[in-house]
Order: sequence, then C-alpha cells, then structure tokens
Amino acid sequence: MQHPSTEQVWDWLSAVPDPEIPVISLTDLGIIRDVEWQGDTLVVTVTPTYSGCPATSIINLDIETALREKGIEKLALKRQLSPAWTTDWLSDEGKRKLEAYGIAPPRPAGGPDHCPRCGSGHVEKVSQFGSTPCKAAWRCKDCLEPFDYFKCI
Amino acid sequence: MTRDEALFEYLLRLGDNTLILGHRVSEWCGHAPVLEEDIALANTALDLIGQTQLWLGLAGEVEGKGRDADKLAFLRDAWDFRNVLLVEMPNGDFGRTLMRQFLFDAFHSILLGKLMKSSDPRVAEIAEKASKEVSYHLERSAGTVVGLGDGTEESHARMQAALEYLWPYVGEMFTGDAVDAEMAAAGVASDPASLRADYDALVGRVLGDATLAIPDSPFAHKGGKTGTMHTEHLGHLLTQMQWLQRAYPGASW
Repeated sequence: MQHPSTEQVWDWLSAVPDPEIPVISLTDLGIIRDVEWQGDTLVVTVTPTYSGCPATSIINLDIETALREKGIEKLALKRQLSPAWTTDWLSDEGKRKLEAYGIAPPRPAGGPDHCPRCGSGHVEKVSQFGSTPCKAAWRCKDCLEPFDYFKCI
Repeated sequence: MTRDEALFEYLLRLGDNTLILGHRVSEWCGHAPVLEEDIALANTALDLIGQTQLWLGLAGEVEGKGRDADKLAFLRDAWDFRNVLLVEMPNGDFGRTLMRQFLFDAFHSILLGKLMKSSDPRVAEIAEKASKEVSYHLERSAGTVVGLGDGTEESHARMQAALEYLWPYVGEMFTGDAVDAEMAAAGVASDPASLRADYDALVGRVLGDATLAIPDSPFAHKGGKTGTMHTEHLGHLLTQMQWLQRAYPGASW
C-alpha cells in the first residue's frame, strides 16, 4: 500500500486546531517542525511553545487522533527542543486569524500598536502575563476593552 | 565520582531549583494582591515546573535507574534535594516573594546563558528553551522590585527588609564544589564563581534603581545544593507537594 505523501500529512495537520486558541491551527502556530516517513512509520516532530504549557500533551493527543482517523497506523511523535520555538514561526495567516479573533499578534517591538477590536493606537499593558503562557494582558484606552496580546518570543 | 555521576548531581541541582521555586510561587495561586499578579505568578510557576520536567527528565535518563521526572520530584526525601536554600525560603509577603524571584531570576538568566554553550547538547537545548522564559521572568521581577522599592514609604521599607532577609542566601549560588569542578572540566557548565561579576553588575543596577541598599555582609548560608543541610522549610514544603504520591502511590489523572 502506498503511504500518504508528507504534503498530504501537512495538509491534515493544518486542519488540527490549537486546543487553547482554536482559531489557529498547529501548522499556523509553527510547532510542527518536520513530517517524514521512516520505513512504514510516520514521524512527526513537534516543538513545545512554552516548556510548561499544559496544552503540549493535548496537542500530541490531538495530532495522534487526527492522523489515526486518516488511517495512519504506525506513528511516532518526536519532541524537539532546539531550535527553540519562536513567534517568528507563526504564519502570516495565523497572525491574521489571531487579530480577527481579538488577540493582537506578536510584534518584535514588544507590544501591540493597536487595539484588535477598534483599531485605536491608544493601548496600554496591564500585565506581562495573561490567560495562557503565550499571552499578555493589554487594554485599549479608547474603547476601554481589555484584550490579549500574543507575546513575542 | 564518574562524569555521569557528577552530571546527575548537577542536573538535580538545576531541576530542584526550578521545582522548589515553582512550587513556592504556585502557593500564591488564588492569593495574590490583584488578579493580574496572581496570573503572572501562576504563569511563572508553570514555566518553572515545565523546566523541571526537562531537567529532572534528563537527570533520570543519565542516572539510568528507571527514575523519571515524577519519581525524582515526588519520591525523594528532603536530604536528597539539591536546590539552593534561597528557593525554599517561605514566600513572606508579596514583596519578599518578588525579591526572592528577582535574586534567583538574575542568577538563573546568567547561568542559562552560559549553559546554552554547554558541551553536552542535551543540556544546551534545555537551556536554550528555558532561557527565553527566564528572560521574561527577569524583566517582570526586576520591574516589580524597582516599582516597589522606589514606591511608597511602606513598600520601600518592606523591600529593604526582604533584601536583608534574603541576601545571606545569595552567596550559595556562586559557591562551587567537586561536582561543579567536574562539570567545568568537561565543558558542561561554568564554575559558579565565574558568574558572580555579571550578577553583581545586574543586581547592583536594578537595586540601585529601586533605591535599595545591598547589605555589606558577605556571610552566606550554605548546604542546599550539596544536600548537607536544608532549612526546616523544605520538609514542610515537601509534605504538601508530595502528599498525593505518598498517600496514593502511582496515582495518576
């Protein structure tokens, strides 16, 4: 039997949502580092976002579930720590989806330049940390809404 | 002491520092003065526990006796822990917690920067991952120490008292022994004493901005990282942290 191509597997993985921020997929997040066949075993290499992120084990489970549903029988998930995950790997599509969802995407300048809800440039930091390890809490001084900012690391 | 025995000890020190501090910081969960600080502390604790899984996981692998990170965390008694005394100190008030965090974060960030160049790639890759998280911790703890130190009369007094209480626990982080010498000889890690100049520069600058005076006594409590003598606080912490696995061995979610 012919293996599904690695392109096909990437395509399947691009439909698996992040468990914490379901608006973006695992491939948008940039945490799938490699997909390859080693003999008849499919090896998927995944890097964690934050070392203690509780979503990491759920992500592995979701990858396994998604690929088993597509008929993949021999699957190995490999953890890769280096190079360490960076928000530079977040796809442009992923950044656009975050913004549309109300989460300001990461910016190398260290903070958002506008509110993802009303677009105002008058924003201030509430806390360097937020509801998940990957986010910080910000607030818009015009529409007064609090919003999440995806930390740049 | 073989090189692997020294490496095992060294990894326990790294993992126990993050484990014990992570547990201490998590004690604030639901108790911090404001919601944002509560979340910040919980997130810091989470990063530290995550790093613990990596360090103690590797320690178990190096030891080769079938102990994983969970077994090392939950089934050792106080005398087998190798964390520095600083991280087992009780939280005290919010100011003392943040001062302890700053004094450790400053050391941790400098240490991880060196470990990223370790001759052992397994150590280097964990350090690379942890370093990103720790530079974020340091930014926050340094900022908060300055905000509270150079704040009101009361916050200043509390931060000065916290610094005086914790300063005698700083020296231990830079005291080397045979394990450190073996790691330095193997190129795995640097001699801890060699980190001190960078530390003094960083801590001196931040505490200066915070208008706090560093105590001039060089006295340092020791015994945590070698396991010779922990403070009584560690045992109390372990009774809580290890309770579930002691009462119900092997219990899992």
